[in-house]
Amino acid sequence: MARSLTPPVARERIVTILSPVLLLVVWELVGRLGMIDARFIPMPSTILVATWELLKSGELLTHVGATLYRLALGFSIGTVAGIALGMAMGLNRLIRAAIDPLVAAIYPIPKIAIFPLLMLAFGIGDGSKIAAVAMTVFLLTTINTMTGVLSIDKAYFDVARSFRSPRRKLYTRLIIPAILPIIFSGLRIGLGLALVVLVATEFVASRSGIGYLIWSSWELLLVDRMFVGIICITVLGICFAAILKELERRLTPWR
Amino acid sequence: MRDDRQKGGLDFVAGKGRPLTDEATIEATGLRKLFGMPGHETIALEDFSLAVAKGEFVSLLGPSGCGKTTALRILADLETASSGTARIHRRKGTDSPSNSMVFQEHSLFPWLSVIDNVAYGLEMRGVAKQERLDRARPFLEMVGLAKFANHYPGQLSGGMRQRVSLARAYVNDPDVLLMDEPFAALDAQNKLIMQQELLRIWEKDRKTVLFVTHAIDEAIVLSDRIVVMTAAPGRIKRIISVDFPRPRNAAEMRADSRFGNLSLDIWRTLEEEVLTARAQADG
Ligand SMILES: Nc1ncnc2c1ncn2[C@@H]1O[C@H](COP(=O)(O)OP(=O)(O)O)[C@@H](O)[C@H]1O
Ligand SMILES: [Mg+2]
Repeated sequence: MARSLTPPVARERIVTILSPVLLLVVWELVGRLGMIDARFIPMPSTILVATWELLKSGELLTHVGATLYRLALGFSIGTVAGIALGMAMGLNRLIRAAIDPLVAAIYPIPKIAIFPLLMLAFGIGDGSKIAAVAMTVFLLTTINTMTGVLSIDKAYFDVARSFRSPRRKLYTRLIIPAILPIIFSGLRIGLGLALVVLVATEFVASRSGIGYLIWSSWELLLVDRMFVGIICITVLGICFAAILKELERRLTPWR
Repeated sequence: MRDDRQKGGLDFVAGKGRPLTDEATIEATGLRKLFGMPGHETIALEDFSLAVAKGEFVSLLGPSGCGKTTALRILADLETASSGTARIHRRKGTDSPSNSMVFQEHSLFPWLSVIDNVAYGLEMRGVAKQERLDRARPFLEMVGLAKFANHYPGQLSGGMRQRVSLARAYVNDPDVLLMDEPFAALDAQNKLIMQQELLRIWEKDRKTVLFVTHAIDEAIVLSDRIVVMTAAPGRIKRIISVDFPRPRNAAEMRADSRFGNLSLDIWRTLEEEVLTARAQADG
């Protein structure tokens, strides 16, 4: 009887919430019992204290803010520019023929490998890091958008023509909604890549940001502060992914 | 056979039992369509001449690949003829389009709700949102899907989607409805229901319809006249009048002995074309 009172979905949710909590409890216990070296892996309670101190001093906010700024700006620029170029390439054979080889050549280059170049071009401040993030997202979005446009079923264009669609409506009622799903699946991958690139650039050339917090703490062997950084970047990634998901749900309600 | 075509070609009043009209709504003369590179063309359509009177329901019947879709697309202005002329005569004093197409399947926009799909033609013509929804709703009711206005096409069955497609074309109030095998993808029962539905809707205001099909029984059930085409390159082989009285019942008609005789007659005409088409496909 109790079975039927907890539907499977609710039961799944309980397990989903309980398992990380259990992990934290075990981690804390193992630490307190001295079974792992607290110098390398601090206990959850130690990390909590470190978090509080970083918050109090205002350092945490500065670092999170810097990373957030670079990520949001780079991501937006890359997305908008990628959609624009991808659509142009998808809709115009000549543009596609001209730019496709360039995109294909640049895409596989790890963006971190050309970060020094980006610093020469955009300076050692925020500019180069934003550029690295933007480029990562831009290329992926360009390719995805172009593929999306090219894979739109020709029948839809026939319908649009048959019903005398004006050019503007061709975009708002056909092309853009048709490619939204593939753009979003690209952005999800892009987000992961962008975080990697951003943290890496903050490791090597920054005085602020979560990447800097992690790297500088590691150099001073302040492992608890390092863990705060790791947790922060994870939470940031999760939040960004959630925002993307919500945006996708609202913009593609038919899926 | 050629004689048949010549006789039937432009002579749309040849069928008995229909009111005489002096007004041709669809007029195609000597249409020819080539596809492909110069020197390597395939002839999709050859010497296609047909006049359809206002308020007439005419079917194009022929083996697949014989150019039915091509003929329809030329009339819909989705394709240009290599030679010959195609005209749709417009009513006066209306801003509605000359033609609306009902496509085979998967032609609804998955990202538009059912009602927005139905109102699509109106939106393209710049009709304001509230007005177009008000105008679209009765047509959604006409096809029995009022309750599904806010669903998305992906949530509907194949038969329901074709009803929406029909409503979308009807809202547009065109001079001519062009339908390209709209029920071909449906199972037998749904096909019958949709034929019945189309009869009911069409018999109310008798829009001019050119209906493409490769099913003999469907052509008989729906049409005033059936245009039988040859295998590729598609020519008109024979034009047959269907004198069953209206209103018709798609199921009861099939029990009529005249129905059987007529479909056998049409099959005799079509058989060699189907065999030719198959030989072409194999070769
Ligand atoms: N866009 C096209 N390009 C090249 N060949 C085409 C094209 N459309 C149709 N055809 C050819 O024209 C012929 C007639 O096609 P179609 O009108 O679609 O026949 P049906 O609708 O009767 O099955 C076929 O041989 C087909 O391969
Ligand atoms: Mg066809």
